[in-house]
Amino acid sequence: MIRDITIGQYYPAKSILHRLDPRVKLVSTLLYLISLFLFKSIAGYLAVTVFLVGIIRASKVPFRYIVKGLKPIVMLLMITVVFNLFLQKDGEVLLRIWKLSITTVGLRNAVYMAVRLIYLIIGSSLMTFTTTPNELTDGIEALLHPLNKVHVPVHEVAMMMSIALRFIPILLEETDKIMKAQQARGADFESGNMIQRAKSMIPILVPLFVSAFRRAYDLAMAMEARCYRGGEGRTKMKPLKYQTRDRAAYVTMVVYAAAVVAIGRFAPLQVWIF
Amino acid sequence: MDMVQTEKLVFEYEKRDEDGNVIGASRAIDEVDIDVKEGQFIAVLGHNGSGKSTLAKHLNAILVPTDGTVWVDGRNTKKPEELWNVRQAAGMVFQNPDNQIIGTVVEEDVGFGPENLGVPTDEIWKRVEDSLKAVGMLSYRHHSPNKLSGGQKQRVAIAGVVAMEPKCIVLDEPTAMLDPVGRKEVLKTVRKLREEKKVTVILITHYMEEVVDADKIYVMDHGKVVMEGTPREIFSEVEKLKEYRLDVPQVTILADELRKRGLDIPKGILRKEELVSEITKILQK
Repeated sequence: MIRDITIGQYYPAKSILHRLDPRVKLVSTLLYLISLFLFKSIAGYLAVTVFLVGIIRASKVPFRYIVKGLKPIVMLLMITVVFNLFLQKDGEVLLRIWKLSITTVGLRNAVYMAVRLIYLIIGSSLMTFTTTPNELTDGIEALLHPLNKVHVPVHEVAMMMSIALRFIPILLEETDKIMKAQQARGADFESGNMIQRAKSMIPILVPLFVSAFRRAYDLAMAMEARCYRGGEGRTKMKPLKYQTRDRAAYVTMVVYAAAVVAIGRFAPLQVWIF
Repeated sequence: MDMVQTEKLVFEYEKRDEDGNVIGASRAIDEVDIDVKEGQFIAVLGHNGSGKSTLAKHLNAILVPTDGTVWVDGRNTKKPEELWNVRQAAGMVFQNPDNQIIGTVVEEDVGFGPENLGVPTDEIWKRVEDSLKAVGMLSYRHHSPNKLSGGQKQRVAIAGVVAMEPKCIVLDEPTAMLDPVGRKEVLKTVRKLREEKKVTVILITHYMEEVVDADKIYVMDHGKVVMEGTPREIFSEVEKLKEYRLDVPQVTILADELRKRGLDIPKGILRKEELVSEITKILQK
């Protein structure tokens, strides 16, 4: 069950998105995230939906796989929806339960916020699905390179991120193993209230941390044994070079962003579905 | 020429009490002299805690001697300016395949070593392809290491070392965490590398079956080299090996027991086929 978490994982496939320069994907993702908050009208949502569907198609990542990545944020999503739904006082009252009321504005905000969050997660996980952590590291490193001048250890930070991503599935598997081992000895993770359940996680976390530290030590040793000595003097197996398709992607993104801004500004604000 | 040589190598761990004060030292390695010639296949055998892994870490300058000297490819590992040359000359494969793979794609992991060495991009690609071919993992180059079996992961780790073009490969219990199939895969790969690339191999293990082909075996116990010689010489002394808590291969034990019961079988039988031919010889008499 715990192995089902797909968020942040690379999905190997041969698509145009997989081949794009990681810098393009990083910048595009950022642009896309900002674009999600630039409009309020239904037309804007339509535009983003069309764009997103197009990108998903182009990525060749199965839709079901992407949806699986949404699982961990269900809780967050629920909280957002509930808060938006009940704490909005403006607008016509649709339903009143005791002291709480659902208004048109509240309902609208709840739905839109949920859609925005889902789109946000899908968009950013599409980047990690189509980019290997090493490429991601290279991209971040290249984009943040100017910060080196103010003594930010850009390479080291990028390396740490890529290692963290590499170890997610390994640590998940380990968690699974530890849970089973504890369950075999009678541990109970399912019953009880929130606090009891949180407490029952301690026998999982302690061995997990111990093993994570051991792994970190082993990995550091293995890296040193393979002559790793920081970013200086390192060459790249896959150096970043912009291709025609990367330039085309940049243009697409600029057009997309401009379209969203235009729609957000000019499309009638009050075209609601309800 | 000497590939690896240690001279009265001593390594001590500091013992500390709970407040972190040094209260003494314990010797993990005690005056060890080993001598490895270029192209040789050397095995170091020993039970847990015999100091064999600590010895391995000295050959890659991960640890430096407390006393004595280690020479790798003619370089003193104690000198800081030689550190990276030593590490390139003697590549190291560790026990746990998961904890030594850095890349999320097989080929990127193999490229990690050459990248660190500052090898030009085209050359990296060539080396990655060559070394993946050498370990028979070329068809998995775009795979994620997480989806590979233990034996395959370990072969990728070996390819990662081969790509750095070391003169010598030190394998520190590379099969300890693998199933029998994985163990066979890894050993076959090591044998192939020795034949094709002529690299010096130092295999550290506690499985005696793995060292039958070695040119020379060192047996370690409590930080000391207690036996050294060819596999045949070492395997002749079954009682002594048992004393050092080593698992003597079944064939060797069987041959030894048969000889004790009066059968005319020579000492130091290493392989099943040898025993079979010895027994047939007796039967034909």
